[in-house]
Amino acid sequence: MVEGQIPTEDYRTGNTKHTWDTKKMRAAHKILVEYEFKKEDIKRGYANRTLYVNLSTGVIKDKPVTDEMKKKFTGGRGFGLKLLWDSIKPTTRWNSEENELIITTGPLCGTTQYAGSGKSLCLSISPSTDIICDSNVGGFFGPYLKFAGFDAIEIQGKAKEDVIIVVDGEKRKVTIETAPDEETDSHLLNEQLTHMYASEDTDKSRQKVSVVSAGRGAEHSFWGCLNFSFYDIRRKVPRMKQAGRGGLGTVLRDKKIKAIVAKVERFDGVSNNPADPLTLVKVGTKLHQEIRDLDRYQCNMRTVGTGHLVEIMDEYDLLPIENYRFGSFPKASKIYSPHFYKLFTKVIPDGCWHGCTMACAKTVDGFTVLTGPYKGQKVTVDGPEYETIGCGSNMGLWDPLWILEFNFYCDTYGLDTISTGTAIAFYMEMYEYGILNKERCNDLELCFSNAEAALEFIHRIARGNKGEFIQVASKGVRRVKDWLIKKGWGDRQLIEDTGMESKGLEYSEYVTKESLAMQGGYGFTLKGPQHDEAWLIFMDMVNNAIPTFEDKAEALHYFPMWRTWFGLNGLCKLPWNDVEPSNNAETDEPAKVPEHVQNYVDFQNAVTGWNVDKEELILQSERCYNWQRAMNVWLGKGTRKDDWIPYRSVGPVTEMEYVSRKERYDEQLVDKLGLSEKDVEKMDTKEKMKILYEYRRDQYQKLADAVYYRRGWTPNGVPTPQKMKQLGMDDSKMLTMLQKKIDDDEKAGLNAWGSKYKKGEKPPGDDQRYWETW
Amino acid sequence: MHKATTVKILKFYPGKCTGCLECEEACSQIHFKTKEGKDKSAIRIIGKNNRYQMHVCDQRGLCLDMCPVGALTRRKNGVVWLDKETCVGCQACVGFCPIDAMRKSDARIEPFKCISCGSCVSACPENALELVEKTIDDIKEVVYHKQGV
Repeated sequence: MVEGQIPTEDYRTGNTKHTWDTKKMRAAHKILVEYEFKKEDIKRGYANRTLYVNLSTGVIKDKPVTDEMKKKFTGGRGFGLKLLWDSIKPTTRWNSEENELIITTGPLCGTTQYAGSGKSLCLSISPSTDIICDSNVGGFFGPYLKFAGFDAIEIQGKAKEDVIIVVDGEKRKVTIETAPDEETDSHLLNEQLTHMYASEDTDKSRQKVSVVSAGRGAEHSFWGCLNFSFYDIRRKVPRMKQAGRGGLGTVLRDKKIKAIVAKVERFDGVSNNPADPLTLVKVGTKLHQEIRDLDRYQCNMRTVGTGHLVEIMDEYDLLPIENYRFGSFPKASKIYSPHFYKLFTKVIPDGCWHGCTMACAKTVDGFTVLTGPYKGQKVTVDGPEYETIGCGSNMGLWDPLWILEFNFYCDTYGLDTISTGTAIAFYMEMYEYGILNKERCNDLELCFSNAEAALEFIHRIARGNKGEFIQVASKGVRRVKDWLIKKGWGDRQLIEDTGMESKGLEYSEYVTKESLAMQGGYGFTLKGPQHDEAWLIFMDMVNNAIPTFEDKAEALHYFPMWRTWFGLNGLCKLPWNDVEPSNNAETDEPAKVPEHVQNYVDFQNAVTGWNVDKEELILQSERCYNWQRAMNVWLGKGTRKDDWIPYRSVGPVTEMEYVSRKERYDEQLVDKLGLSEKDVEKMDTKEKMKILYEYRRDQYQKLADAVYYRRGWTPNGVPTPQKMKQLGMDDSKMLTMLQKKIDDDEKAGLNAWGSKYKKGEKPPGDDQRYWETW
Repeated sequence: MHKATTVKILKFYPGKCTGCLECEEACSQIHFKTKEGKDKSAIRIIGKNNRYQMHVCDQRGLCLDMCPVGALTRRKNGVVWLDKETCVGCQACVGFCPIDAMRKSDARIEPFKCISCGSCVSACPENALELVEKTIDDIKEVVYHKQGV
């Protein structure tokens, strides 16, 4: 078969076909609330209003977006933070009545000319962390929500029975409807609703509908993700992208929302009404050409998506194997990207929003399901992406088909593959040590590489199994740590050190032991250990480009701010540095990809009509970043103790890990700690591990000192009122709260450096109350 | 359904061309109802030292696989056709065309291209242009998605 040039109507996935009577299903809907809205044109990227829906009271209204709000919060995630601040309390938890689920767009979202411009940003109080989790996701929902007329949707309260919320941009109506007969699992539900709400029975019509849902797994765990659909006119299935992190799907189901549907009448390349469409076309086409010419020599995104990273991570000892014990493993070659390339269907384009020629969203069509309720059926699997394959290696699954199986069920059950995979890997390690066993795991033999057991674990979560283990284990690593310690089944230190969570959220899939900056990249994040704020491993470990604490702190200031910017605007980060101009290496700061930064300056100016420069982009982020950290403080977290990370992400926890990389660690004891080679030789492994443990823990505290100082926070990690005022964030309630926290910290002696600086070592500043003199 | 097996593409006789650009004017008349030619013409004649080259779409159809909304199709006559109404202006086809023959004018967000209509052929006073028939299978190309090339 010639791959490509297949007329859209001719492509066949080979999937199992379903025949549903969607008319009958729809007839069973009871419309609970209906709200009509006026058509307003989008002006320079903004719809200038947000949609508020309260499921408890039935109130639906729109709220204006003011110029002040744009100035302070830009859009996207920034708007989400502002809306949350206005609606929740410091005591609000994920399942509180007043907790909100917010989906935002951003002023550049919905642009078609520049690759990666269709992201939605979702926010809520997370069940895993009790603080705000923001999660970005592709799919058509965000752009359609905006083109229907809203910069964000904000959902408060809880419904009494399963409902769907429909934002119909064609009829200009928002409805809350019961949906008793539809499926719950996303791959079926999204298909049913796409067909049900399409205006006509055509693929083009179905492409104008997008659904957000979470399956049964989201109901019974803290790992619920949101599946955002994007209808593929070639495969004729609504494919999905996930807002994975932090359990936002769990919040969706707790509110008894089965799905949210957005629909547009029509849109075109200038539906955002940009100030300067010609510049958009110029910058966007230049990037398309770069991807055309360079992707095949750089990241191969168009071919295998982010899966190309597996072989690179394995080579550099960074691919998590068996709960991050190791970073590479001979068997890992079985799950390198060429194996997935064979399985992917080569039907281009694969962007999760129109015009994304980076096209990293790869797909396997006609995959035969191996287990569970859909066993034997043929389905389309979206992915796997790098993180999901990394979960495979973390659990010791070395068969691409089992990784696809894991991927498929996590998606349709609405489970975040990252949290699920990382948690299972931890449970498997506990099983290996006998801290868990068959009996304690409700008869599951959850040992490394047991794919059947891992899948059965997931099926049981989806079924709402009441076994003690399933009940606790589905709530994540943090809860299991507490449970294991309470039961007295294992050594507390070992359990705390090996379970890969921080702030209650499971780690994503990188081994950070040899990169201090990346440990900070995970530890000093707002929402928990996720690499979307900074990815500094190569800069730090391979290229040694940021050797001092000051250098590392600068990187841990700039990159999180820069990456935050994408979320304020409704953009994807990948087209920034997953393709680079051919002369990038010769620029002053190749890690920043200066030419692409300038693209984004031009992009934002072209849409909004502003006249900003690259420094202003960072300022936009700094405002929101500090605001979110301050909200974490308000919610009772957001200090140094909350930035704690497990030792497994810092160094070798077990003797096996030390011995497996003995040369490296022994050398460090000599080079970095100044021990003599003879002494090192005489020491036993336990002794060496202890010295290394104390050294590395202290390095992390020194890094925290430097990072907090650079970010304008107190040594306890609290954003200072002085910093907030400098940024123009002058909300008096916020400033008073921060000052009180800083005063309390002072009384408790917490405004002090985290490390004890020895002779010859210098803390970041001479004055420990540095912020007061700003 | 009837599927095209052949397509007419433009052939250029550089020796006959005098660089009068009447072909471009005729083309922009078709696409934009103006005789401006240049950026509003799908065919471009590039002249250097009285030697001329034609630059135009060769109907290979590599762009067909680039369109996310199905606005690009091969019509019954084999011509690669862009439907303005369906197009969402993403410029993926413009950026990925290996010979930069998918055109974009400042006049509108949607691109445009040669549709082998023959108006340039009729307009040419020197008979320097001709439409010739090609077998699609001989010319078609698919977009790159091979690993490790």
